[in-house]
Amino acid sequence: MKRIFQIKEIGILIILLVLMGFLGITTRSFLTSENLLTALLNISFIAIMAFGETMVIITAGIDLSVGSILGISSVVIALLLHDYHMAMVPAILSGLLMGTTMGLVNGFLITKLKLPPFIATMGMLSIGRGLAYVLTGGWPISPFPETFTNIGQGKLFGIPNPVLFMIVLAIIAHIFLKYTVLGRRIYAVGGNLNAARLSGVKVDKILILVYAIAGFLAGISGFLMTAWLGVGQANAGQGYELDVIAAAVIGGTSLMGGEGTILGTILGAAIMGILRNGLILLGVSSFWQQVAIGLVIIFAIAFDRLRGGLRK
Amino acid sequence: MSDTVLEVKNIWKEFPGVIALKGINETFLKGEVHAIVGENGAGKSTLIKIISGVFSPNKGDIFLKGKKVRFGSPIDAKSHGIVTIFQELSVLPNLSVAENIFIGQEKTNLGFLSYGDLYKRTKEILEQLEIADISPSTITGTLSVAYQQLIEIGRAVATKADVIIMDEPTSSLTENEVKTLFKIIGKLKDNGVTVIYISHKLDEIFQIADRVTIMRDGEKVGIYNIDEVVEDRIIELMVGRKLENYYIKDSKPRNEVILQVKGFNGEKFRNVSFDLRKGEILGFSGLVGAGRTELMMSLFGFLPYDKGEIYLKGKKINIKSPLDAINYNIGLVPEDRKLQGLILIMTVRENITLPGLDRIKIAGFIKLAEEYRIAKQKVEELSIKTPSIEQKALNLSGGNQQKVVLAKWLNLRPEILILDEPTRGIDVGAKAEIYKLMNEMAKEGISIIMVSSELPEILAMSDRVAVMAEGELTAVLERDEVSEEKIMHYATPRSVLSKAS
Ligand SMILES: Nc1ncnc2c1ncn2[C@@H]1O[C@H](COP(=O)(O)OP(=O)(O)OP(=O)(O)O)[C@@H](O)[C@H]1O
Ligand SMILES: [Mg+2]
Repeated sequence: MKRIFQIKEIGILIILLVLMGFLGITTRSFLTSENLLTALLNISFIAIMAFGETMVIITAGIDLSVGSILGISSVVIALLLHDYHMAMVPAILSGLLMGTTMGLVNGFLITKLKLPPFIATMGMLSIGRGLAYVLTGGWPISPFPETFTNIGQGKLFGIPNPVLFMIVLAIIAHIFLKYTVLGRRIYAVGGNLNAARLSGVKVDKILILVYAIAGFLAGISGFLMTAWLGVGQANAGQGYELDVIAAAVIGGTSLMGGEGTILGTILGAAIMGILRNGLILLGVSSFWQQVAIGLVIIFAIAFDRLRGGLRK
Repeated sequence: MSDTVLEVKNIWKEFPGVIALKGINETFLKGEVHAIVGENGAGKSTLIKIISGVFSPNKGDIFLKGKKVRFGSPIDAKSHGIVTIFQELSVLPNLSVAENIFIGQEKTNLGFLSYGDLYKRTKEILEQLEIADISPSTITGTLSVAYQQLIEIGRAVATKADVIIMDEPTSSLTENEVKTLFKIIGKLKDNGVTVIYISHKLDEIFQIADRVTIMRDGEKVGIYNIDEVVEDRIIELMVGRKLENYYIKDSKPRNEVILQVKGFNGEKFRNVSFDLRKGEILGFSGLVGAGRTELMMSLFGFLPYDKGEIYLKGKKINIKSPLDAINYNIGLVPEDRKLQGLILIMTVRENITLPGLDRIKIAGFIKLAEEYRIAKQKVEELSIKTPSIEQKALNLSGGNQQKVVLAKWLNLRPEILILDEPTRGIDVGAKAEIYKLMNEMAKEGISIIMVSSELPEILAMSDRVAVMAEGELTAVLERDEVSEEKIMHYATPRSVLSKAS
């Protein structure tokens, strides 16, 4: 079975390489290290959130609120740094706490009030975004101390910091899902909720956990994006949930639950990112870009359904 | 009787890591009941899935009335007069009984279903099945597994078919329903329908079959007219050796009471009280719908209960979730392996270790070496037939799936083990192994509650037999006073008894 998983991921990898090869041939600027690093940087914000989304989708849930959580975390950090002159570390931690709390609320709505994940997180999508606007009055917030912006804009060995964050978080998420008891239980809950419960899995606890993780990681993305841009905005991350979900699903996470890997999700995020990057380089208008991305998402999810249909 | 309806020639089927069928040849005659038997994983279900168009063979041909055919799907096969009741239930839980029975052949008026007619015809079928108390509009998913199984049979009967294939149709039925099914099969036979019948219950085969084909490891190892063969010979061919001491039971319960249930009430059972002694095997008998499964699910914390007390070794305990039960060293093998027992898309290894992960962890990490060792050991101990412990549970044969569920709980070495239909769908050889295992566990002092609809195993294995009817515990019979008649007497609902008198 492992073999098939690998084959599945190799399939995604091949699509990615073909896409990159095509762009390398048709555009002059694609295969430059500068462009590739820019693409990677753009991918990292999506990918980090997609790790959490992957866990949520493995439990057969969905989290539509990650983009809004990114926004509100960004605003919280920006306000604390700029308006309240809070020290950097507590400010960042507050932003992450905000993200995690939003995730916890999702988890409680889904487990205790028994709301469908789609509905609960759609509500939180609106609430989070609304609160971000309330807190800022809609104005962008800047500037920040350099120590803060350096985290987002700095590089190590020529690699932008957010990319490094993505790599480290990917490794942690991968190990968590694959080698820990909690990770295994996440798959169990998505694979068969009743069987998991009868095997002593605290299903509610696991569900709350994955939504909290998704919120936390959206918070990290919010923090990194704010530091990178040097500005906190209420509309940060708007619409990102679609890219995030698409990244997970293109990467082979099954919407029916029980299946998905971090490696696949990284590849999925890369396909989304490279596609956007390539469309820009090819001079495709931003309107058509949206159409193209939409087509890719539909294609990927249709593919998931087909696979699901074959699975009894 | 030389009317061949269906013939398969040199059928081969390979799955990754297993050759499930190795050149099967067989003819099926008009109007015969043709049984197929064999161990778990012998390839019985695979063969009928090839006949009915679920799988296509790697090699070989199928002839229907002399014409070479190959079906693309069960629906395709059905339109050619071959209907299959698969081992896995395939009723649609959200649809009504009527819709399930007539799915795909509803009569329409200008595109609208004509419900009046549909319900009338459904009533007729339900009467044949002797379950006319069910309304055609009942949502199928609300019925018990046994009823769903009957509905599935009804669906096959409602179709004009030349060949009806039944893969372990009685695995979730109790005696009465089995009798009804046999009546139906008799009628089908009289009408010239060929019935291909797969079962692990050999006594059934001797009651209804005309011929029996024996399979072993993907090969046909024998075919007999039923009156020219004895049970032992069939078993010997199936298992590849003589099987002695089918039921081994020499464990004796100790005096110490380990579990006491007092005045237990739930949605489907009332005022149930009983004791369980250390090292005892307590059988739970009753008809379908008597509330046994619900009682066990409540004891295990999966379903809520309204009132009642549980004492473990004299101490009152409160079980609110299966995890609580597990922590009190109680295990439960549920009735339905696919819906409750297994996570089908997980591997055999992951399924076996799931309830016991807390015992093989270090700082939150699973000790993988330990996990592999446990999985391998259990696969070997229970002779689970799988190419590797990394196979998904989905791809195992039904009986081997059941063994994986057992392995999950045996691995935990519980003090109290609740088994709900533990041998459902398991072949004779493996059954004998499970009985042996139960006996050994009981000797070690593990207490076992065995819910079973198979009277022979209840009679042979239980130290005492608790009988339930309509949600009430009607009797607890000692081993030396228990008999089939007594059990049936106490299992029959009072309402029926009083009507009869
Ligand atoms: N979809 C599948 N993928 C891989 N292997 C399979 C698949 N279906 C069946 N097998 C394997 O083929 C063999 C035959 O299985 P089959 O289901 O036909 O057995 P069976 O005789 O019906 O057993 P049982 O009595 O347990 O139902 C088994 O080893 C099983 O693991
Ligand atoms: Mg089978």
